[in-house]
Amino acid sequence: MSSANMLQIENLKLILNGNPVINDLSLNVDKGEIHAVLGVNGTGKTTLAYLIMGVNYLPDGGKIIFEGEDITGYPISQRAKMGITLAWQEPARFEGLSIRDYLGLSNELEIGEIEDYLWAVGLPPFQFLDRAVDTSLSGGERKRVELASVLAMKPKFAILDEVDSGIDVVSLPHIVNGIVKMKSLGSSVLLITHNEDTVEIADRVSVMCAGKIFRMGSPREMCQWFRDNCQICGHINVPG
Amino acid sequence: MITTKEEYAEIVDAYGKAGGDKEALKSREIATLVVHENRVLSANQAEGIRIKWEQKEKGVRAELTVEAGKKIKHPVHLCFGILPKEGLQEIVLKVNIQDGAEVGIIAHCIFPNAVNIIHKMDADIKIGNNAKFYYHETHYHGDFGGIKVIPKAKVEVGKKSVYQNTFSLIEGCVGRLDFNYEVSCGEKSITELVAKVYGKKEDDIKILEKVNLNGREARSLIKSRLVLRDKARAEVIGETYGNAPLARGHVDCTEIVDGEGAIAKAIPIVSVSNKEAKVTHEAAIGSIDKKQMQTLMARGLDEEEAVKVIVKGILK
Repeated sequence: MSSANMLQIENLKLILNGNPVINDLSLNVDKGEIHAVLGVNGTGKTTLAYLIMGVNYLPDGGKIIFEGEDITGYPISQRAKMGITLAWQEPARFEGLSIRDYLGLSNELEIGEIEDYLWAVGLPPFQFLDRAVDTSLSGGERKRVELASVLAMKPKFAILDEVDSGIDVVSLPHIVNGIVKMKSLGSSVLLITHNEDTVEIADRVSVMCAGKIFRMGSPREMCQWFRDNCQICGHINVPG
Repeated sequence: MITTKEEYAEIVDAYGKAGGDKEALKSREIATLVVHENRVLSANQAEGIRIKWEQKEKGVRAELTVEAGKKIKHPVHLCFGILPKEGLQEIVLKVNIQDGAEVGIIAHCIFPNAVNIIHKMDADIKIGNNAKFYYHETHYHGDFGGIKVIPKAKVEVGKKSVYQNTFSLIEGCVGRLDFNYEVSCGEKSITELVAKVYGKKEDDIKILEKVNLNGREARSLIKSRLVLRDKARAEVIGETYGNAPLARGHVDCTEIVDGEGAIAKAIPIVSVSNKEAKVTHEAAIGSIDKKQMQTLMARGLDEEEAVKVIVKGILK
């Protein structure tokens, strides 16, 4: 493993109901890198995110190595304590938990720092600090709060699962800004998306299909490859 | 035997520990009433409010009137409690909020050492027209659970008035709770009943909240939030009757079971007798949401810490 490697996934496999949802997948993410995983719906991107975070599944084969340590069987909390976190595609809602407290869950932060993270995702603190992370937030607001909470955790490695999906054109730049800030603070990012506009901020892009990484390259190359191959491909939602 | 002065100091101290504002009890501008067992230890009247009381053999009978049109700046502070391990306290409370008046009451009921205590509250609340009345009752019980709490109220809400009631029992063991409120809502009035209870050990909780939407365009919300651990049991009955045109009511109950022996039951009863009325309900009963847990654990909390955050939020 290279010293620049933050996360190394080797031949990962997950079989659900007889179908190989993750199919011998290998992937490396370097320290300080934004590594995008681009793929259409149903290719296994969210399942990959869950396997890295230790949510819901344990793999049927392969290894997940984080900073040289095999974490394949570790529970969520242990991975989080090592500096891994996940921003969910559909984040949970919490009755009675203020945004201020939600952002302060992982670290004791000064109020000014919490405000900075809210500003970074375009949420004015004076309007949002005391609101609850509940159903009163719109979908876009909740996703921005999720991103701010990941920033507040100061993770070594953040998995961002379609934080840009369902976001309006006005809010999208705030999401992108939050991801760029994450990198500037030293986090490595695995950016799962099917939005080509967001992919532009990545250092490298892997194209995923049917539970596998098919190709890796620069954002420009991979977006072109994605357009030419994936958007017209009959493999959508066909595992294996 | 302790003197009244010592008794007062002790109950005020317990009141502070239960989250009450001790300074408020000293203020001349704030209406207050402090009752220990069947003795009124202090009372203060304030501009626009009249408080009358009468000591009875087993408790106190009190009458609180807010004069028409008076908007009371500071909430009234009530403190009822029993400090010894055993005792009986029956409070008969009559509240009259006259037309156009606005007032809030913050009540603390404190039984920190309860081993064998019965606390009964029988309230008759009348809210006039165009009035606003907020009543927030917080209970503080000890860890033994040797208490039976029986709050009952009949409430009449006048035309275009607002009534909000919050009952909170999340500190210490509940013991046995038999909560029974019935509200009659007038035209264009708004009623909100909120109950938050944290049941532990062998607690036995019964909550019955009944709202009659009798006035045109009357609106109501019954909201219950319970968390049950150990062998606690709860039954929550939220009833709403839409009896008038354009009346709107909603019953919203969430009960979380966080223990092998705990049992939660919710019975929403919604009934409409006017074709233009509408009443809805939702109930969620079960274990703590898995995705909420995973979200918090992905931020570095362990399982126990995550449960605490979720429970604290629900009961906040």
